[in-house]
Amino acid sequence: MTTEAGMESGPGPWSEARIGAAAVQPISWGQRYFWSVQRELWENRAIYVAPLALAGGIVVAYLIGARHRLHSLRAVARANIVIQSGDIASSYGLVSLLIMGVTLLVAVFYCLSALYGERRDRSILFWKSLPVSDWTAVLAKASIPILVVPLVTFATTVATHVVMAAIDTVTVKAGGLSLAQFWSNLSLFQMWGGLLYHLITVHAFWYAPLFGWLLLSSAWARRLPILWAILPPAAIAIVEKIAFNTSYFADMLRDRLGGPVGTDSSGTLSMAGMSMGGPLEYLTNPGLWIGLALTAVFLAGAVRLRKMRGAL
Amino acid sequence: MALIETRGMRKVFGRTVALDGIDLTVQEGRIVGLIGPNGAGKTTALNAILGLTPHEGSVRVLGLDPWAQRDRLMRDVCFVADVAILPRWMRVSQLLEYVAGVHPRFDRAKAESFLARTDVNLNRKVRELSKGMVTQLHLAVVMAIDARLLVLDEPTLGLDILYRKQFYDALLNDYFDRSRTILVTTHQVDEVQHVLTDVLFIHRGRIVFDHSMEEFESRYAEASVRPEQVGMARALRPMQEREVLGRSVFLFDGVERGKLAELGEVRTPSIADVFVAVVGGKAEQRAQGATR
Repeated sequence: MTTEAGMESGPGPWSEARIGAAAVQPISWGQRYFWSVQRELWENRAIYVAPLALAGGIVVAYLIGARHRLHSLRAVARANIVIQSGDIASSYGLVSLLIMGVTLLVAVFYCLSALYGERRDRSILFWKSLPVSDWTAVLAKASIPILVVPLVTFATTVATHVVMAAIDTVTVKAGGLSLAQFWSNLSLFQMWGGLLYHLITVHAFWYAPLFGWLLLSSAWARRLPILWAILPPAAIAIVEKIAFNTSYFADMLRDRLGGPVGTDSSGTLSMAGMSMGGPLEYLTNPGLWIGLALTAVFLAGAVRLRKMRGAL
Repeated sequence: MALIETRGMRKVFGRTVALDGIDLTVQEGRIVGLIGPNGAGKTTALNAILGLTPHEGSVRVLGLDPWAQRDRLMRDVCFVADVAILPRWMRVSQLLEYVAGVHPRFDRAKAESFLARTDVNLNRKVRELSKGMVTQLHLAVVMAIDARLLVLDEPTLGLDILYRKQFYDALLNDYFDRSRTILVTTHQVDEVQHVLTDVLFIHRGRIVFDHSMEEFESRYAEASVRPEQVGMARALRPMQEREVLGRSVFLFDGVERGKLAELGEVRTPSIADVFVAVVGGKAEQRAQGATR
């Protein structure tokens, strides 16, 4: 048998090649993490395609609407009324909200499938055959809703605003109004600063335990992770209501979803409705730190489950 | 040095004992076949060795504890479960890029040169490839990884016969050398028989047979006996007797081939036949023990 003859004759040319190859370049944790995040983006293109598609739609709609706005601007110019800064800013704010709503949905559905899909399609066996720990994989997956999605949201919104401002600049000029006045009223940078603060304080860190919980449900479920995500908290709230006629758990969930206690919920569709207050107020809110601790617990659970559970 | 060493490896699922105390030693440079029927514990044993399932007893692979150090272990171990596990959404080029990004011993150029010999296009997605092409792709990735241990779990399941043969040929010609070790499970026993250096039988969670192929070939013999000599053959206490096309075929354990040649045509039996004789014999002994 040829293989056995080869074995008698000692190390073949392959073995020498192996000695040369023994000086392998070590791969840092950062590299493994980077490629793990990259792989998530390859698989889940909706993370950037959905907000970009929405932004494209908004720009097209805004272009079509420019004609109509030009008419009203001309009327305003004739009547010699000063444009209210709110008139323009409101459509920019609405665009921020729309994009944020879409990316939030994308993040939720991403989390629900992140640790479930790989078990269902059995590719988990391939991922586990590579030198990437379960911790790295789960952290990469958690980074998508907590880090990547807010960044994509910010970048897409800023880009959309810039295009809208360009369209408005042309419209305002054609309408015969003062460009200086328009630009001074628009205050884009202030809006972007507020958006970034909101994304970091609310979407990244305040919502982190929600994403952690969704990832845990996704690692746990043998089918329908969405039910595992929704039913247990709903059951706790209902049981609490029946047993003690209290609603601490439901209130806690509502605060988590809608912002912390003490914020006035005026119900208006504006970011102010979910403000976390100033940095000091935000950082001293125990809810933030309890939430982050819970996030760590949920993620540790997800890591444990990914290690234990094989393909479905 | 022993690459794999298990002592009392045990795994229980509820009331089912999947592994019932497995003591296993695999030396470097061997091609070991783990043979057994479905449900015998093959995949569970491999999963414990690869750190994919918790277990009782001690398991060391390359000196590491697989359950605690799976990611570290996978730098030196390659693992192919059945072929249908490559992520279907991934492009071939992305797959190579990702493995190159996380695996210190992956040689992307080598994988690409393997693929250049096939019909696999780097821009295609895995879901667009035929089963045979997916196998070639997985094999190209595995063979471009400079691993010390390669574990194959039913690697050719669901492939047609042409690709099954190609798979093992490529493995032997392009991959195997003295410093590598391969552990393979399959129930297509016949197609690996000429490949193996060692054979293990696993039955009901236990290793019931552990021999090198040299031992196997010198110990077991099969004789196709003429009708008039059947009595003589039976006197040599065969492990098994069966009728094939009107001739009696006897399987012998430890009987000199010279003696058997007088009875008829002698050859090395297939692993499958010895498996049936060994495992069937165990089942009989158990049945006798129960009636006593």
